[in-house]
Amino acid sequence: MTYNSIVLVKQVPDTANISGDVMKPDGTVNRAKLPAIFNPEDKVALELALQVKDQYGGKVTAVTMGPPKAAELLKECLYMGADDVVLVTDHKFAGADTLATSYVLNKVIEKIGNYDIVFAGRQAIDGDTAQVGPQTAEKLGLPQITYAEKILELNNGKIKVQRLIDGGYEILVSKLPALLTVVKEASVPRPFGAKRVMAFKNYIPRQLTTKDLDVDLERCGLFGSPTKVHNIESVVLSAGDHENIEPTKEGLGQLIDKLMNDHIFG
Amino acid sequence: MNKLPHEIWVYIEKKQNRIADVSLELLSKGRKLADKLNGTLKSVIIGDDLEGLAKETFYYGAEEAIVVEHTDLKEYKTMPYSRVFSELVKKHQPRIVLFGATFVGRDIAPRVASNTLSGLTADCTDLQISNVSYMKKEYPKLLLQIRPAFGGNIVATIITPDNPVQMASVREGVMQMVRLAKPVNGKISKVPYRAEEIDKVIEIIERHQEECKVNLKCAPIIVAGGYGMGSKENFKLLKELADLIGGELAGSRAAVDAGFVEHERQVGQTGVTVRPKLYIAAGISGAIQHRAGMDESNKIIAINSDPDAPIFGVCHYKILGNVMDIIPALIEAYKNKLK
Repeated sequence: MTYNSIVLVKQVPDTANISGDVMKPDGTVNRAKLPAIFNPEDKVALELALQVKDQYGGKVTAVTMGPPKAAELLKECLYMGADDVVLVTDHKFAGADTLATSYVLNKVIEKIGNYDIVFAGRQAIDGDTAQVGPQTAEKLGLPQITYAEKILELNNGKIKVQRLIDGGYEILVSKLPALLTVVKEASVPRPFGAKRVMAFKNYIPRQLTTKDLDVDLERCGLFGSPTKVHNIESVVLSAGDHENIEPTKEGLGQLIDKLMNDHIFG
Repeated sequence: MNKLPHEIWVYIEKKQNRIADVSLELLSKGRKLADKLNGTLKSVIIGDDLEGLAKETFYYGAEEAIVVEHTDLKEYKTMPYSRVFSELVKKHQPRIVLFGATFVGRDIAPRVASNTLSGLTADCTDLQISNVSYMKKEYPKLLLQIRPAFGGNIVATIITPDNPVQMASVREGVMQMVRLAKPVNGKISKVPYRAEEIDKVIEIIERHQEECKVNLKCAPIIVAGGYGMGSKENFKLLKELADLIGGELAGSRAAVDAGFVEHERQVGQTGVTVRPKLYIAAGISGAIQHRAGMDESNKIIAINSDPDAPIFGVCHYKILGNVMDIIPALIEAYKNKLK
């Protein structure tokens, strides 16, 4: 028996590597200057889907919702081994919170159809919410397995998965179709295939917009998002009242004396 | 009884046979929010044999415990728990629902929010009640959901203006836990459980769980390293210092991501929030997510070679220089004092 997968991927700003030239003079982030990367756990999710394909056969379709530029990400999915890719893009989808995002993704997955497993990364590094996976599962009426770290077996329309829990792990069996969110420990993404890079470097992924999807516009984008950003403060660092300690033997010795006198040590 | 239907619910998470700390912390915070809203604080517990836990929530300010008990619900399972909780939310329309941002909370909360079409904000570092004007409309007593975002370079205040239910999750250790000397004279409302087909699509085969070996939350002294430590090898120096002064070793997210230190030792917004007597931050630049997890420490020593490192903005003692020179010198200086 073969298993078809749909993988939800996202292009994210590389928030872990914000350097000085990305900061504007007023202390806010210049998003345009941030490099866009493949969200790390989504890449691991794609790897797991490709492993399922390698072992059992089936088709892997990668889906992203984002600006037209996110097509770059889908090409990377093809380079790794995805069979098909879909770019979901429309101005009307912009500004979506997790609820509005999952609403659209659920419509896209329904449209693609014929799937056994939906994969997603546990969370994206720009928001760290870990909400889109479970919310998409709920909208599709699918069981969800979050924090998946190992697929142990696929058999008879069921999947056996090991997932992380607080202080340990559990092993469970779910009926398919199901949605899995994948942690980074699950696997190491494979490198691009050289032949695939040659084959797909000029590929233009097909696009789905509001016109192609049976969506209620009142539930999309900023308008369809129950949560709104009320205000944003860039983090201005106040000059705290700190004491400078000389990095010398004397300086450090005095610091330890102070901490001992304050009964912090011992 | 002229109270507005401004209910605040806290989803109670169980840990072994007691209530998880994060749920008690949220009840304590929920109590304050309820007072501001003129509302009622309720705990919601799903499981089996819950009378004792329900009564315990009255010590943290809950006026009512909504309890769903059944032998099939003994352990947390996504499908029945989220379905039962969603039905309760839809029926009672609480104004605010709070979840711990734990493995369980991050599994159930988004599913419930999706099912009930509620706004949900993850990993809040503060919650407040305030009147808000948004898009030329006035909203009385909204929940301000405050969280760092975008790599910690901004702090965003999120609101859920037009939905009846506002949901938020909060990490363990972020809110203060306050146990009342005398419990509220609360009532227990039992809701029957009726199993449905979908509750059984996932079957748990086995579960391995142990109490976390690392207890950063209770450690009086924490020695934490960041990406600036350079390598896993260099972290051994920090361990030596930690052992010497009776502290626990910890790391920033960047250090954990780089593999210098285990994930369970991560301090910050996506790790543990700590308030030790002494926090030593070595080679940690101090992104806001990290500072959110440690800036209430009693004393903070920051060691960094970058004079502009944000960590210096929250420290009490600033040591400018190379961590690999300073840590050994600090070990040496401490040993000298013991002689």
